[in-house]
Amino acid sequence: MFDLEQAWAALTNVGQALVVLVLAVAVMEVILYLILVRWRKSPKALPILLLAPAIVGVLILYVYPLVWELNVSFTKMGLRNFIQPGLLGLTWEGTPLAPLGAEKDIFIGFQNYIDILSGKPVLKQTGFYQLFLQTIIWTVVCIFFHLTLGVLLAVMLNRRLRGRTMYRTLLILPWAIPAFISLQIWRTEFNFQYGAVNQVLGVFGIAPVQWLSDPIMNFTAMIMTNVWLGVPFMMVITLGGLQSISQEYYEAAEIDGASSVQSFRSITVPLLRPVLVPAVLLGVFLTFNNILVPFFINQNELETSDILVTGLYRAAFQYSRYGFAAAFAFVVFAILLVFTIFYVRRTSALKGAYE
Amino acid sequence: MSSMQVQEMLDVRRERKEMGMRERLTSPPRRGEDSPLKRALIHLMLIITTIIIVFPVVRVFSTAIRPGDNLLNPTLEIIPEGATLDAFYHVLFETNLLNWIVNSLVVTMGTATVGLIVAATSAYAFSRHKFRGRSLSLTFLFATQLVPAVMLLVPVYLIAVQLGLVATYQGLVIAYSVTAVPFSIWILKGYYDTVPIDLEEAAMIDGCTEFQAFRKVLLPLSLPALAIVFLFNFLAAWSEYFFARQLIGASEELLTWPLGIQRFQQQFQTQWADLSAASIIVSVPIVILFVYISKYLVSGLTLGGVKG
Repeated sequence: MFDLEQAWAALTNVGQALVVLVLAVAVMEVILYLILVRWRKSPKALPILLLAPAIVGVLILYVYPLVWELNVSFTKMGLRNFIQPGLLGLTWEGTPLAPLGAEKDIFIGFQNYIDILSGKPVLKQTGFYQLFLQTIIWTVVCIFFHLTLGVLLAVMLNRRLRGRTMYRTLLILPWAIPAFISLQIWRTEFNFQYGAVNQVLGVFGIAPVQWLSDPIMNFTAMIMTNVWLGVPFMMVITLGGLQSISQEYYEAAEIDGASSVQSFRSITVPLLRPVLVPAVLLGVFLTFNNILVPFFINQNELETSDILVTGLYRAAFQYSRYGFAAAFAFVVFAILLVFTIFYVRRTSALKGAYE
Repeated sequence: MSSMQVQEMLDVRRERKEMGMRERLTSPPRRGEDSPLKRALIHLMLIITTIIIVFPVVRVFSTAIRPGDNLLNPTLEIIPEGATLDAFYHVLFETNLLNWIVNSLVVTMGTATVGLIVAATSAYAFSRHKFRGRSLSLTFLFATQLVPAVMLLVPVYLIAVQLGLVATYQGLVIAYSVTAVPFSIWILKGYYDTVPIDLEEAAMIDGCTEFQAFRKVLLPLSLPALAIVFLFNFLAAWSEYFFARQLIGASEELLTWPLGIQRFQQQFQTQWADLSAASIIVSVPIVILFVYISKYLVSGLTLGGVKG
């Protein structure tokens, strides 16, 4: 039953939040204005005033949590040791971040990192290296299909074709539907008895598959779902790139007697590169760190078909090993960081952004 | 230069920009006619792909209209026997679905607005000013995109506990808008960089302060990019699940729709028809919006990267 009062309460609740935010920002800006403009007469006053809210926000929601997390990663904080850790083994009794429980020494140095990298089963069943390998397979296979199918569909849709708009609209659906919902749908369709996937396989005479309880098949199901989800994005991005390629190149190539395969390889591919290089980088971030797909297809049941980020979620929220999870998170972050640095150096994907 | 002239320049620029955008989006397919055989082949491949892509969506519709006694019947038929709209009536008028949607809408609009304002001003500083630590800050903002969201869940939850922001929308709005800011700054900075600075300089010669030049010249010119960023933040917050579960998951009257819809699953047995009907109700407006704006979203995404 729709409850008008409740809706009004939601509105005022968010309204209050906004008013508090605006007031806080206003106070901060006035203080900064008085200091920078009236007192110091700083020529750099405007950029500082403009950046201030973002800086404060990022400090509270990225810098502080990450520093906290780094500190926790050197402790054995967990449900049994649920106390606010001191900084690097020091205690900070009497600070605003007072202990949540009894104060005791939970600082264990690099032990968490050693546990992770020595590869022993740090979750209940799977170790770091298995998760790492599975994450690489997951990312590479997903990106491969996103890219090839996306480009293939875009090239077909870029031709003079009846029903082009209709195809495009329908093919975009997986991207348009909120992922949360598509994942619930796919989870049901992978059901052994009632799911559509097994029924369709049955039509072709293939025996039903245990999509949800067999680790390898579960992993395959995750990949299938994510391919379904991710292709439209690459398709639309490629279509945009294709439409910005001038027709003249193709005409010139045709006059020179180039076949369509040749002109695809020497015109389309190089001119799509500047569009696809950043898109692939973004795709890698979204796939590598994708927790929604594995989490909902797996329903957090099979530990053996986890990838790194679901392992991380499991360590933090199922086993409540906060110290260990923090160290794990930094290892995951470091892997992605190393990849990104390598990728950006090789492809100059971010060229121009720093000018 | 008089302000009339500036206005004129602005109009011309805006016109040109709009035309460029529209042309790019509606330009006809580039290649010439294909042979009938080739065309048939392309249609065949497209039709097969479309069926695979659309199939699960169709299934949801057929589950939603299945009568209650026929729900767990393993069948592939699209329109089931005794189709009924009961589930739609039930979720709309006998559950809290509409309230959940209103909650999500309110939170999402608040988030997108705050995020946009913060990003629009900071992006200006990054685009138009050189200052110490500028590229370092940009790199840091980029690096935040590599942080797995799960990594922030525990510390952000503990901060929210300490500030008394659990089970309120304050915490959620702050968390959503700040996490959206780094990406928005990158997109907007990329867009501002493509707008020549001459116009703002002209306005400043005419006596505008720098902030006025930003507000009256650059912001109106950046309207397409601002709209894209707003939509991005809107869509990201609209179906966010993990932060919402941590921060407001325990308070029944605050639930956003992803949390609410899960209620259909958590009782003894999943109510498939209800779940499907609710999914359809939540998705349809977003899908319509999305199909219309997807091209603009992509042009916004590639702006920062393609430019260099």
